[in-house]
Amino acid sequence: MSTTLNPPSTQKKTNRLGLEVLNYKGSKTTLCAGCGHNSISERIVECFYEMGVEPWQVAKLSGIGCSSKSPAYFLGQSHGFNGVHGRMPSIATGALLANRNLIGLGVTGDGDTASIGIGQFMHLLRRNLPMIYIIENNGVYGLTKGQFSATADLGSTLKTGAPNQLPPFDCCVLALQWGATFVARSFSGDKRQLQALLKAAIAHRGLSVIDVISPCVTFNDHEGSTKSYSYVQDHEEALHELEFVPYYSEIAVDIAEGGVQEVELHDGSRLRIRKLDRQYDPTSRMGALAALETAEAQGEVLTGLLYVNTAKPTLLDLLNLIEEPLSTLPENRVRPTRAVLEQVMEELT
Amino acid sequence: MSTLEVSPVETGHEAPSGNHAPAVSNDFSIQVATVNGSGSQTANTVLLRALFQMGIPVSGKNMFPSNIAGLPTWFTIRASKDGYVARRKEIDFLVAMNPETAREDVLKLESGAAVVYDEPLKLDQLRSDLHFYPVPFDKLVAPVCPEAKLRKLVRNMIYDGVVAWLLGIEMPEVHRALVKQFGKRKAKAADLNWGAAQAGFDWAGNTLTKTDPYRVERMDRNAGKIIIDGNSACALGAMFAGVTVVTWYPITPSSSLVESLIGYLKRFRHEPETGKATYAVVQAEDELSAVGMALSAGWAGARAMTSTSGPGISLMSEFVGLGYYAELPAVIFDIQRVGPSTGLPTRTSQGDLLTTALLSHGDTHHPIFFPGTAEECFSMAVEAFDFAERFQTPVFVLSDLDLGMNSWMTEPFPYPEKPLDRGKVLTEEDLNKLGSFARYRDVDGDGIGYRTLPGTHHAAAAYFTRGSGHNDKAQYTEREDDYRNNMDRLARKFETMRRYVPAPLLDRREGARVGLISIGSSGFAVAESSDQLWKEYGIATDCLRLRAYPFTEDLKAFVQGCERVYVVEQNRDAQLLGLMRLELEPELIAKLRSVRYYGGLPLDARTLTDEVVRQEMERA
Repeated sequence: MSTTLNPPSTQKKTNRLGLEVLNYKGSKTTLCAGCGHNSISERIVECFYEMGVEPWQVAKLSGIGCSSKSPAYFLGQSHGFNGVHGRMPSIATGALLANRNLIGLGVTGDGDTASIGIGQFMHLLRRNLPMIYIIENNGVYGLTKGQFSATADLGSTLKTGAPNQLPPFDCCVLALQWGATFVARSFSGDKRQLQALLKAAIAHRGLSVIDVISPCVTFNDHEGSTKSYSYVQDHEEALHELEFVPYYSEIAVDIAEGGVQEVELHDGSRLRIRKLDRQYDPTSRMGALAALETAEAQGEVLTGLLYVNTAKPTLLDLLNLIEEPLSTLPENRVRPTRAVLEQVMEELT
Repeated sequence: MSTLEVSPVETGHEAPSGNHAPAVSNDFSIQVATVNGSGSQTANTVLLRALFQMGIPVSGKNMFPSNIAGLPTWFTIRASKDGYVARRKEIDFLVAMNPETAREDVLKLESGAAVVYDEPLKLDQLRSDLHFYPVPFDKLVAPVCPEAKLRKLVRNMIYDGVVAWLLGIEMPEVHRALVKQFGKRKAKAADLNWGAAQAGFDWAGNTLTKTDPYRVERMDRNAGKIIIDGNSACALGAMFAGVTVVTWYPITPSSSLVESLIGYLKRFRHEPETGKATYAVVQAEDELSAVGMALSAGWAGARAMTSTSGPGISLMSEFVGLGYYAELPAVIFDIQRVGPSTGLPTRTSQGDLLTTALLSHGDTHHPIFFPGTAEECFSMAVEAFDFAERFQTPVFVLSDLDLGMNSWMTEPFPYPEKPLDRGKVLTEEDLNKLGSFARYRDVDGDGIGYRTLPGTHHAAAAYFTRGSGHNDKAQYTEREDDYRNNMDRLARKFETMRRYVPAPLLDRREGARVGLISIGSSGFAVAESSDQLWKEYGIATDCLRLRAYPFTEDLKAFVQGCERVYVVEQNRDAQLLGLMRLELEPELIAKLRSVRYYGGLPLDARTLTDEVVRQEMERA
């Protein structure tokens, strides 16, 4: 209970809900030391704590694989659902249909999303389900000990030296093409950028896909791999600098600063996008696709907010649902009256 | 219209006995042979309803192809003064509208049957032992339907008129049925069709001489009854069970269940003040997704369901295993069709018993309800949602194409009086009192743990749901004792279900030593066959219709009380008998015999009677 975890103390640092960071932690990780996924788990803990998200409102959802084990390692006070391989999108959809007030936090891997689960991923995109969908992308199957996944780059090698002969799926390209309304790529080693993107995704209403390159230290961190720490560090090309300003922040923000684009998100938070050495408009889907195409040709790992669209309705909007969760509606609102049954029976006589 | 080339066939039958045959009243079946997509459904439904309105027990069955338009389809209507509603194998009255099948349809008839047919087909040359009524449909339809493109549809109503005259169906009832069918909004269409029916009736009266013995007489057996198909009945049950999340993928013969449900939900489940929906329906990309959504909606507290048929069940296998092991409530309707594989998509079967009972890898067992009537489609649908939440597990409702898509007479459905049972769910207040809980701990000794719903505002509410090994606190484990304890508890939970599933229905006959056991839609043929066995062969039988799996103790008692028991089912491999073998002791298993029908058509009593008699003779 919170009283035992959170003894009253004026000394403890707390967020705007009065909760400590401890309330956002999970159990101890069982992933390899140095695994990129652990860094992402840490960012999740920080962001949900700093944003003051109520942990009991979050549903952690995952499929199967190293990435999908990680929800046990953060947000221990949130319900978690580790489902079947590649099917997290359907689990997320069902949970959010039942309770639209839940904050869906999906964590999946490249095998889970781009191989076995690509069908469900595509349909999730199409539905623009309001949730955060983090792909912990290391280009390799870890739990089965080092086979290529469908995001492995052409020519990238296994530890044995065997090269990948098939081109990768770029999950960001798919997300852009099929309807996600917040598409980003980041790197598990880029703490600042990932934090800003995660917070913005929490503030966004719609499907947020964050493809995080998250190196596998055991099976895919060698010379010749394009998903190794050193390769990504050498080839990362940030689109811009991101600063997230939460809606409850009292800090005034200059409006007309040169080179800064501001995106207002669903909850009133703002994402300040500071230009680096290129012109990039993250509200242009075609621009995003073109930038990814160019980056791929140049061997660059393009990171940052690729695309955001705050206007598109979500699946839950289209369903015209009542405001409160369907899951806890009382009997008198879900079982029609005796008169209704009598009316239907009369029609069938 | 193409004409059929016909040549006389030596049948060896004698000429029909004509007017000398004794009248056969309210006991015959009509078969209308048409081409699918020709709009005959309206004419057939009107015929069925007119008989129903005259107080005569009826049932209607559509035998249709897996095709949009152009292939043969047959609609049979059985009128039975005794109230038998199973399929009748013998056709007494054929309406032959399909040139492709007319010859075969006619050759299959028993001597003395009547045939109404399109005159150019010249079917009367095929046999001399039938009553033939040629009708010039094209000539009759032109004056009543000036619009040429509508004639194809309207000409079907002409046979309604002709058949009404021949059988003595009251035309005001035909008119009432038409108005009911078209509703007030389509009054023009109703008028057009009524004109055609009248034209057929008048022409027949002026032209034909009735020689066959079949006729109808008004009865009073249908007062207050309704006509409904099983899928619509399941849909109504789901709505009155308070379903909130419906996720599905279209498949014959299950689609009409969800489509009917959508229709009802749109009418009755929007809040009057805001117009907002108290339900969500999502058409998924496949059955894997459909069942995944339903199970996680159940996890998050919704009353969730999906509906499918055999191929969909196969696809759902992995997720249903998760549902069993992680203990997620959802209702899965399986409207069975003929397998394996694509099989015969528009034919009926009871072939999914073993698959659903044991669906998914590892040790799994799922509860199944077997509705056997339209009324049970409704009541068991209601009950299945309570059961799923009470036992926190996927529940199958195993219907079939015959029950689901055909028209059944039934008493109006009673309003569900029992309040919704949402099962063992701990709320914020409960957690305040308890302090903590262990998701999979057997606190009450019934194998059922307590759960919390995501979104419950309490620091101790959360737990981790997974398909991997877990201990009673829902923590990951690979320990031998944790695994076994959990699996033993799940087995205990299944045993608890045995006491809560719908009990079988027993129909006893004085002095019976032989038993007939069946499930689902087989019950109609079994009841009729039991009468045939008694009246025609002096074999007295007790009938037990099982209504759920796991079986209740009643099964054992029934088999114990019989000398031998015929297990009747609609599949090749005696799946129901196989499930019984898993549960009964050897001396009881030794009493079981198998009667199987697996031709894809609804089971008929005669087939069953013949087979039981054959086995009884073999024994003697």
